[in-house]
Amino acid sequence: MLSFIGRSFIQKIITIIFVSVISFLIIHLAPGEPSQVDPLNPKFTPEVVERFRKEFHLDEPLYKQYLFFYQDLFTGKTVSWKDNQSVLKKIWERFLNSLPLFILGTILTWTLSFPVGIRSAIFRGGLYDRSATFFSYLLISIPGFFFAYILIILVVTRFHVPVLGMETFGISDASWPSVAMDRIWHLLIPSVLGATAGIAVLSRYVRSQMLEVEGQDYVRTAKAKGLPPDTVHYKHALRNALIPFVTMFGLILPGLIGGSVIIESIFSWPGIGRMAYEAILARDYPVILTVNFVSAVLVLVGTFISDILYMVVDPRIRI
Amino acid sequence: MNHQNTLLSVNNLKVYFRSDDTLARAVDGVSYEIRREETVCLVGESGCGKTVSALSILGLIPQPPGEIAGGSILFNGQELLGLGDEDLQKIRGNQIAMVFQEPLTSLNPVFTIGDQIGEAINIHENIAEAEVNARCIQLLTDVGIPSPAERMSAYPHELSGGQRQRVMIAMALACNPDLVIADEPTTALDVTVQSQILKLLRSIQKERAMSILYITHDLGVVANIADRVYVMYAGVIAEQGSTENIFRQSQHPYTQGLLASLPTRSKRGQRLHSIPGTVPSAAYKPPGCPFHPRCPHAITRCREEYPGMCDYGGGHLARCPVMFKNDQWCK
Repeated sequence: MLSFIGRSFIQKIITIIFVSVISFLIIHLAPGEPSQVDPLNPKFTPEVVERFRKEFHLDEPLYKQYLFFYQDLFTGKTVSWKDNQSVLKKIWERFLNSLPLFILGTILTWTLSFPVGIRSAIFRGGLYDRSATFFSYLLISIPGFFFAYILIILVVTRFHVPVLGMETFGISDASWPSVAMDRIWHLLIPSVLGATAGIAVLSRYVRSQMLEVEGQDYVRTAKAKGLPPDTVHYKHALRNALIPFVTMFGLILPGLIGGSVIIESIFSWPGIGRMAYEAILARDYPVILTVNFVSAVLVLVGTFISDILYMVVDPRIRI
Repeated sequence: MNHQNTLLSVNNLKVYFRSDDTLARAVDGVSYEIRREETVCLVGESGCGKTVSALSILGLIPQPPGEIAGGSILFNGQELLGLGDEDLQKIRGNQIAMVFQEPLTSLNPVFTIGDQIGEAINIHENIAEAEVNARCIQLLTDVGIPSPAERMSAYPHELSGGQRQRVMIAMALACNPDLVIADEPTTALDVTVQSQILKLLRSIQKERAMSILYITHDLGVVANIADRVYVMYAGVIAEQGSTENIFRQSQHPYTQGLLASLPTRSKRGQRLHSIPGTVPSAAYKPPGCPFHPRCPHAITRCREEYPGMCDYGGGHLARCPVMFKNDQWCK
């Protein structure tokens, strides 16, 4: 067990080094560079551009830039080229904004997909299964942004609830119950929207996994023992069907930093996804690379957690 | 036909599987009976309906696509077909238990064997946890698992193939059933383990005075274990009788073909006999006798008319009027 953890840790360190090199190169291969962003700006004289390039080591060879960047990152000195703010601080603020969206969306997705998928599998071909299938394909097919606007129109015109942004402007002067309600309303629509596509996809996946397990010999053995259907489905079948989802559970961790660009843009939510998107448009290399690096770390931590969880739930791969 | 001692009697059972445009008549009018303390073998090639007929005894045929198209299954005088789920659950594992072919896939990989054996006892009998545990350990001892107390917390993948099958048998015996249905329990095991398992089944049957319905395609196993034999072909019984009848005085050309294809010492060095042709699919059976395309004795009438069972006396019946000396078409 310990040797597994040690080995896995070293592998992940090696992976992260490769990721850092490749992501650095990709960003620099992309056309455009920060000092050329706005050549029509009269303040951007060639001297200023030159000074700018020097300041941020853009005149140095790539490998030096790489070393400078990661040196800054690990000493916590990275600053955004756009506003000279500390990148880590910026990310942390935006991360805290995205966190409630992420948590609520994830909880909704995972708590709703499983009952729907399991029920569909057990009553396969029945009315419930067919309606669930219809609605999930409907939700998968409708583009997220389109669905978002429909929801916004519905909620705003019918219920007169404000939904854009994280809170209504100037609400902080009101009494705390109104502030809380306002926050919840702002949070609810984007989270539900973010969860719908997830529910549609995940419940399909749960259904197919459950169906596969229901056809296994040990489920027949359980029935032949005279166990009631609930025990057969929820003990013998479900326990096996859950194993692959444990892997997926570790992989939702990167979503923490990725956020959702589309939903955050539509709802003007000052989250981390939108920040990364804006940073790309502005060629703000430190922000892009830091977000990239942190999400790579989270992916690796996620897979590591999955590996450990896998050993907990599946006795066949315990070591 | 109804014997005093009959434990289970299957009468004219028909199990069909329906898909979009075909109807597969997997079991097409099968009758057999099992008496108390008797081992009955159901023999036949793959796909002849032996497993399907056994699964329908416990109501384990998935419906749809399967459907029980007719017949009756009487167990201790009680009709099992059409019995509700809850009533069937009381019989499954309790009065009729089943041992499946693949011990690896038939045991749940994520539960310990102690848990899986104890489960059946917990469901059917209302006894304390400690007592269940003691019974499980006793069962594992009975089926010859070494250091049973420690093995209780083992997972199926930690056991060898033979041990897994022993666990399956222990599981089947957990509630002292009257009838154990063993569906090719030794097919997935190697030959030495196979003979150990057969020996175990025989001794357990004597000790517990239970009946066994043993399903196999292996005539060697049949000779070893059976009191009476039913030979199945394409969803029907081709021949039935005592083990002696089947092995010494077989009357049906199919049984004779099967016996001729067994390797024996006297045939050393010779090419093994094989029955020409293949088993017809359950969806497209030939008209008349289902065996006629492969039968060396087939006459025109075999192609047109479905043969009846010809009685040779003493419970020995064969579905082949051509071989029947009385020169009459049996009904």
